[in-house]
This record gives sequence, structure tokens and C-alpha cells, in this order.
Amino acid sequence: MNLHEYQAKQLFGEYGLPVSEGIAVDTASGAAAATETIGGSKWVVKAQVHAGGRGKAGGVKLVDSAEEAEAFAEQWLGKKMVTYQTDAGGQPVSKILVETCTDIAQELYLGAVVDRSSRRVVFMASVEGGVEIEKVAAETPEKILKATIDPLTGAQAYQGRDLAFRLGLKGAQIKQFTKLFLGLSKLFHDMDLALLEINPLVITDEGNLHCLDGKINIDGNAMYRQPKLREMHDPSQDDEREAQAAEWELNYVALDGNIGCMVNGAGLAMGTMDIVQLHGGSPANFLDVGGGATKERVTEAFKIILSDENVAAVLVNIFGGIVRCDLIAEGVIGAVNEVGVEVPVVVRLEGNNAELGREVLKASGLNIIAATSLSDAAEKVVAATGGAQ
Amino acid sequence: MSILVDKNTKVICQGFTGSQGTFHSEQAIEYGTKMVGGVTPGKGGQIHLDLPVFDTVLEAFDETGADASVIYVPAAFCKDSILEAANSGIKLIVCITEGIPTLDMLAAKESCDQLGVRLIGPNCPGVITPGECKIGIMPGHIHVPGKVGIVSRSGTLTYEAVKQTTDHGFGQSSCVGIGGDPIPGSNFIDVLSLFEADPQTEAIVMIGEIGGTAEEEAAAYIKANVSKPVVAYIAGVTAPAGKRMGHAGAIISGGKGTADEKFAALQDAGVKTVRSLAEIGSGLSEITGW
Repeated sequence: MNLHEYQAKQLFGEYGLPVSEGIAVDTASGAAAATETIGGSKWVVKAQVHAGGRGKAGGVKLVDSAEEAEAFAEQWLGKKMVTYQTDAGGQPVSKILVETCTDIAQELYLGAVVDRSSRRVVFMASVEGGVEIEKVAAETPEKILKATIDPLTGAQAYQGRDLAFRLGLKGAQIKQFTKLFLGLSKLFHDMDLALLEINPLVITDEGNLHCLDGKINIDGNAMYRQPKLREMHDPSQDDEREAQAAEWELNYVALDGNIGCMVNGAGLAMGTMDIVQLHGGSPANFLDVGGGATKERVTEAFKIILSDENVAAVLVNIFGGIVRCDLIAEGVIGAVNEVGVEVPVVVRLEGNNAELGREVLKASGLNIIAATSLSDAAEKVVAATGGAQ
Repeated sequence: MSILVDKNTKVICQGFTGSQGTFHSEQAIEYGTKMVGGVTPGKGGQIHLDLPVFDTVLEAFDETGADASVIYVPAAFCKDSILEAANSGIKLIVCITEGIPTLDMLAAKESCDQLGVRLIGPNCPGVITPGECKIGIMPGHIHVPGKVGIVSRSGTLTYEAVKQTTDHGFGQSSCVGIGGDPIPGSNFIDVLSLFEADPQTEAIVMIGEIGGTAEEEAAAYIKANVSKPVVAYIAGVTAPAGKRMGHAGAIISGGKGTADEKFAALQDAGVKTVRSLAEIGSGLSEITGW
């Protein structure tokens, strides 16, 4: 789960880290009022979406009047923002963050991720702040400094000092950075983060460190023990169909093809998409219907797949391990009947009682094509949509 | 010979009396696995599936001399269960549960490493040596004893590979699901090194998917250390970047972890790669001459 910048900064603040004074508003008049509440004569207004690249998309602006803040909010609220990280439709803007303005002397980068290879939380810091860190990592990897956190003992102050000195920080900045590093590490562990980024972490004209942006991604598996973060969830940023699928504990990801896929198991679901493409077709989605593949779940899965109007045929690929294929076949027939599926449905059943399952499908009298193998299924579903593209 | 488990492996189950633990323990017993008991705190002294129930893993270990433990407890309690098993003398832990927080796994994996305990999973189907020992949720009947070692990040893809190796008459030496999480207890390299050393294993099937760099690391390991023929399949060529494809670990992030990169690394290591999932069996035929 992702947080908005204003939510990340709220957490930073709670952990004693230096952030700008800011107010998140959801009306244009609220934006004007926020400038008065914050005071001063210059503010930064930032549209809140779960995507990077907001600056280039016009979603961040320096303003010097309440009217200007109001106009900015008017311009963005209720609209969708398209950045290089969003899809073509963009992400809806429902909040604007109004902040005090910070004088920037230098921009740094500070982030942390779970590094899969070393199986550690790794902090990364760089003097190349304010730019895409992936680019820095690819072009000048030596400019990314790292600190690896021991999972049993946690982050230590010396690691923060080491990064600070290597970043070229001086005097009071060393202590400030170490405090920031330890605070972020505590936040990372307390809140089950998967990714944390401050880009840029700036040095102000007065020489103090300041978190100018904040990006936080939380480990989905840990949401059950993060009630406060669950409340921060903004469903408007999620794909509608993916959210609907999640309610049924179905994993669904929309793609732009026309062959709907319903599969049990995440790996097999990807493998099925791939084999459809190998046979000249184009998958419309990833969908893992889960081990049970009961009539209820299959029914919901059909509804979600068919809510995509591009879908011209559906491929159901189930490896019945412990569940019997004839039962799955009955579930598929029941679901096709209930949902009133009008597009061709190709079903490949393998495993326990597969032969019987195929017979049940054939005897149903519905527009269901029983396939005998994975390749056969792919060929048949591609043929059902008019052949290879 | 086989790897990890055989007909002598004594197995206990954590979460024994729960629905998952009960169902899959029954299946394992029916398959012939030497189940020797189970653990459910507070139910010690009871008999379940004709086997003793213990309050703690330590008690179960002391009484049964178990070699392995299979974990079916809910995700929120898995770190505790893994640490309990690891600190009670169990040398092989197989964790089936999906949805364990990543930070829990970082600590559990580190502890297992320090204690010299092997952890398989989580979020995996388990381990099977056909005809001898089944630990996990895989359907036993599709396996036959044979000469192909299978290691995979995905459950149902493992079954596809098993079925093809069975249909081609090759059979399997052992099959290991290492799981779809970003922090697995054992990785490809751990299992590849066991297959390389196992005389029963004559060829290896490796099934990867998008996300992380485990396949690239395995490719480098194979190039330097594996003499047996390897067939590899990677799922997720069509997966979009930045989207989690069901498994917690199956995500292309920052442009890294694509199927194409993995295919390229494996090809470079001399591995026979197949682009179609349906060609695992024929791929094996091609490189072994079977």
C-alpha cells in the first residue's frame, strides 16, 4: 500500500524528523485558508497522487498569495494527473498539500528498501538528490552510499554517522543526519515499510537538514497489524477492478489485451498469459482465482474479467491438484450460467479427474470449449478471438 | 537417494489440529510420509489422526526425534512458529503459509541461518520425494519416483512441470517449492547445490518468475558449479512493470526483475530455456537425449 506525501510527512513528524509545516486540504477555499493558518508570504502547493513525476506534470507550484493557492487547488481538485509513472488515464487528485516554502542550498537523497539479495533492510544515501535515483544507480552507482541493517540488532548510530561523513556533511549536520537515519529506521520497522524515500532531503540555507518530499510503501502482508496505516488508505488511487477483486481475495491485474484469463495459482496465471501471447493472442488480465476455484469465486472472477469491455474470449486454466476437476467443471458451468457469459470460454482442466471434468463441460450445452492441453487451450482461445494478431 | 527428505524423515506438524494442518497431515500420512506427531499449544496430550499432540515443539522433538516440521499456522504467528522450531532442534522447517510480513521473515531467516537450520518457504507448496515423503500441499498422485529434480517459486507451475516429467516417463527425484515471497528461506542456489550432489538427480528443472534477481544469481551459480543439464522456465514475460502479480515477490520494480533479463542470464549460463510452459518436458528430452 502506498501513502500520499502528506501522510508520509505526518509520520515523519511523529518520529521527530524535520518536515515543513503543512496542511492537506480538499477544497479550493481550504487551500486559501491554509496559507493564512500557516502564515508567511510564500508557499508550496502540491497535488497529492500516488505517483512520482508530479513536478513535471505541473502538480507542484510555488505561490505567493492565497488567491494563487486557491486557483491551483481549483485547477487540480477532482482532476486526474498523468505523469510518467501513471497510466494514460492518470491518478485522481483529491487532496492538495499547502506547505511553508523552504530555501534550498543542496539536494540529497535518502531512502531505504528491503533488499532481496542480501535479505536486509538497506539504506541508500546520495549527494545526487532531486533526480530519479534509478538513473543515478544505473549511471553512477558509486554515488549511492549504502548502510545495511542487521535484522536482529537494528540500525546503529555509527552507521548514520558513517553515511553522514561520506555524504560530506559537516558540524551539526552529522548529528541531525544520524537522528534522521535512526528515526527512519525505527519508522521502517514499526510500520512494516517496504520502501521509504526522501527525495530530496535538502540542506537549507541555514545549513539544516529538511525532508522536502516523502514516499512510503507499506508491506501488504503486514497491514493486519497496522490499523493506523489502514485508515490512511486512499481507495481513490486504486484500480477499481483490482479493488473489487481484492474484496473476494482474488488477485487481478488489468492488461490491455482481449483474452480474459482465469487461472489457479499466481505462477500459472503468469504462465498462461505468456502462452497466450506466444500463440499470437493478447491477455486482458492476470487473475489468480486461488486453490479452491469454487463456483462462488469463479462466478466473481467471471464478473470482474467481463467488466473489461475489451474481453472477447475467456481462457480458464485450472490445475486441479487436490480439488477434483469434475467439481471445478461444475463450478465453471454454474458460473457461466449465472453470469450469462456471452463470449466463448475455453477451459483447460488438468490433474485430478481431468477426463471426467472435460466430459462434464462437453455435456453442458453451453458455449464452452474444452481444451486437452495448455497449448491446445491457447490455440483455441486465440482462434476464438479471430486468430493471431 | 533424494534431497532434503526420504522415507526415514520423521515429520511433525505445527498447527496440527487446525483445518489446514489436519487436512494436509491426513494426505501426507496417506501418501506414506512418516508423520510422528504435531504441535498445538494447549492441546498437548491429545491424540489427533492417531498421533500425539504436543504443547511445544521442544516436547515434540524430545519425544519423537522429529527431523522436520511443517508449518500451517496463520501468517501472523509464523515468525514465532519458525523460531520455536529452529530453537527446538528441528533441522528442516517447511513453511506453507502465505502472507507473512517481510520484516518477520528477515529476522526468522537470519535466526535459522545462525542456528544452521534449513527453512523452505514460506508461501510454497512444500517438498516431496516421490514414493517416500510428502511434506506440503502438493497433490501426491501426479508424482512418480525418477530422475528429474524440480525447484520452483510457484506451486501450480511446479505441478505442471511434475506432470510433464511424469508423462514423459522421467519421474522426479525430489521437488522443492521455494515459494513466491521476496524473502524465501531457501533460494534456487541452495536447492541447485543439493541436486548437483544427489546421484539420483540426472537433470534439473528450474522454474522462476519475475521479481528480484534470484534467477540471475542462480544462473551465475549454474555456470560455475552445476554439471547436470538444466531446463529453465520463467513466468511473467507479459507482466507489466510495477504491478504485483499475485505473489508478494513477483513484481518488476525500478525496471529490474523482468523475465527477459532472467532468460538472458540463464541462456548465457548454458541453461536450456523454454518460452512456453508446455515445453518443459520436451526441453528435457532435447538436452538429455531421453
